[in-house]
Amino acid sequence: MKGVVLQNLNQTLGRFYGMLLQFLPHVLAMLIIFLAGWVVAIIVKIIARRLMALARVNSLSEGTGLTQILKKADLPAPLDLLSQLVFWVVWVAFLLLGLDALNVTELHVQISRLFQVLPEIFVALIILFLGLLAANFFSRAALLAAVNANLPSARVVSGFVRFLIILLTIAMALEQLALARRTVLITFTIAFGAIMLSLAIAFGVGGRNVAQAMLERMFLPTRAKKEEEEKEKAEEIPPL
Amino acid sequence: MAGREGVPAGSQLPEASTISEEFLRQLTAVGEVDILVGVPTFNNRDTIERVVSALQVGLTKYFQRERCVLINPDGGSTDGTPEIFKNASVRDFGLLLTSNPLRTFHRVSAPYHGIPGKETALRTLFTAADLLRAKACAIVSPDSLSITPEWVDSLIRPIYRENFDFVAPVYQRRKFDGLLVRGLVSPVVAALYGCKIRELVGPDWGLSGRLACHFLGKDVWEEDITTFGLEVWMTTTAIVDGFRICESFLGPKIQAAKQYGQDVAGTVRQVVGALFRCLDTHEEFWKTRGAPEALPLYGFPYDVALEPIPFSKRGIMDTFRAQVDQLMPILESILTPQTLVEIRNMERLSTREFDYPSELWVKTIYEFAAAHHRSVINRDHLLQALPPLYRGWVSSFVFRNQKADAANIDQKLEALGHDFENLKSYLIDRWSAEAGGER
Repeated sequence: MKGVVLQNLNQTLGRFYGMLLQFLPHVLAMLIIFLAGWVVAIIVKIIARRLMALARVNSLSEGTGLTQILKKADLPAPLDLLSQLVFWVVWVAFLLLGLDALNVTELHVQISRLFQVLPEIFVALIILFLGLLAANFFSRAALLAAVNANLPSARVVSGFVRFLIILLTIAMALEQLALARRTVLITFTIAFGAIMLSLAIAFGVGGRNVAQAMLERMFLPTRAKKEEEEKEKAEEIPPL
Repeated sequence: MAGREGVPAGSQLPEASTISEEFLRQLTAVGEVDILVGVPTFNNRDTIERVVSALQVGLTKYFQRERCVLINPDGGSTDGTPEIFKNASVRDFGLLLTSNPLRTFHRVSAPYHGIPGKETALRTLFTAADLLRAKACAIVSPDSLSITPEWVDSLIRPIYRENFDFVAPVYQRRKFDGLLVRGLVSPVVAALYGCKIRELVGPDWGLSGRLACHFLGKDVWEEDITTFGLEVWMTTTAIVDGFRICESFLGPKIQAAKQYGQDVAGTVRQVVGALFRCLDTHEEFWKTRGAPEALPLYGFPYDVALEPIPFSKRGIMDTFRAQVDQLMPILESILTPQTLVEIRNMERLSTREFDYPSELWVKTIYEFAAAHHRSVINRDHLLQALPPLYRGWVSSFVFRNQKADAANIDQKLEALGHDFENLKSYLIDRWSAEAGGER
């Protein structure tokens, strides 16, 4: 009896020892991959940072106003932000590779899926980044044009331009990730249509008189109005 | 270049030349000349005849023995301007107190290639000056109502007889006329380039054939150079490259009505944009220049009573407040916090109290120039943020000096020029300040 118990115990411990011997190299490999990944990620980050500095990313983002937005949101400068992003993308890739080295079948399947999605996530992030740049650039251009044309609601015009571009960007990023494609498309269509319809109604009903005046000014300029406009222009001191 | 008959060896006719075959044929028929007078036109039928007659009399009266040509590069007029140019004639030279011309008076008029605009027209004229080996050139505005035959002498003589290379005009202006030039461009150029030129945006000036060729050889023509910006570039380039410059008094500046009612925002953007680009290009030059020097002035200055410019105070403060308020997020990235606070304080003033102090105006311009240099935001956006502040300064200047006479206005502008000089070190500090660093 005692012998059988000891024999079973020995066998179990032997099996456990065997499994441990079989598993430990995998763990070791995982740790080595983690460490190597960390070193590679740092090197890639430094290279990416230098390349982006050469490409004048900071000037570009300052020019388009992205730096100011990031500052307001207490985020680092675009160069730091992008280099951090590169670091994490590379290291996360190595972390997943390391986990894969454990040779656990279920984990392997999930990691493979994640690897398939990773480029899509990266592209979606780039779309978001460029979309934010475009939104800021065009909203500022709209603001300046409206102010110089002496329009009364320059900020509203600018805000509307920004909102539309951001909405479009988010829809594109989600489309890229293939997340609820139909839902995103339908939501975007409804939201866009609703905005346009509400604007049309607001302008046509709420601002009927304004709409009428604008259309008249555009298509039926009376002599008096023309004269008034010319007088206003002539009253400005010639700059040259 | 090759394959074009009649092009003298060594001339700088570029590959993408603005000279059409028709133009070249007419120039070839002219041969070499001593004096070239250019009148770029675009739908100027109302004024061109008078301008051509004045030039013809001027050339006959003052340069009787020289070989002269009058060139009209036309931007595609549809009102018959080129025909009027070709047919304009002086009926009786005797009545104009001069004798008949001794030499054949050449006239060339043809449309040029390229986008219609002053830059293409001037490039055409410079190419023509190079081809015809002109010793002295004058460029004259086609819509000047105050032109006299004496202008030809004033613009050409300093070059032809005194060996100057560039003659800038000096006009008698209406009281508040041309404040962008007199209150911004000229004082900045004087303070930084050390050269007091009163009129930097022409439109009438003289230059030597040598300088025309020099300009032609520069690579600026393919860049995004604008109508008014070109003249700022030419003047500053002439200063930096060491050409001899003088001024010549032309009398009152009265132009056809279509020149008035200019798009202020667009003009500010073009002129100031060109000035800032020149500051970038000539950084090494202006940082080391000393105090400005006055230029030799030719001609006999005189005053005539000019009709004042109408100016309306209506809603000026409301517009200034609204525009500055709306642009605040953009101005925050261009101006220093101190300057912004002072501008915000101005917003609270009533129309009667409204004052844009000279020093604040100078700091505003210098901070814009430095921000443009550092590209803190898109450069075109930056320039578009300036017109509301320019309008504010103009309004303040006009309110404060409504009762002043022209001489007093000149004194005030002279004092403003000193402020620009005194604050030059401020610009140098701002110029090299780290973007996003201490402001």
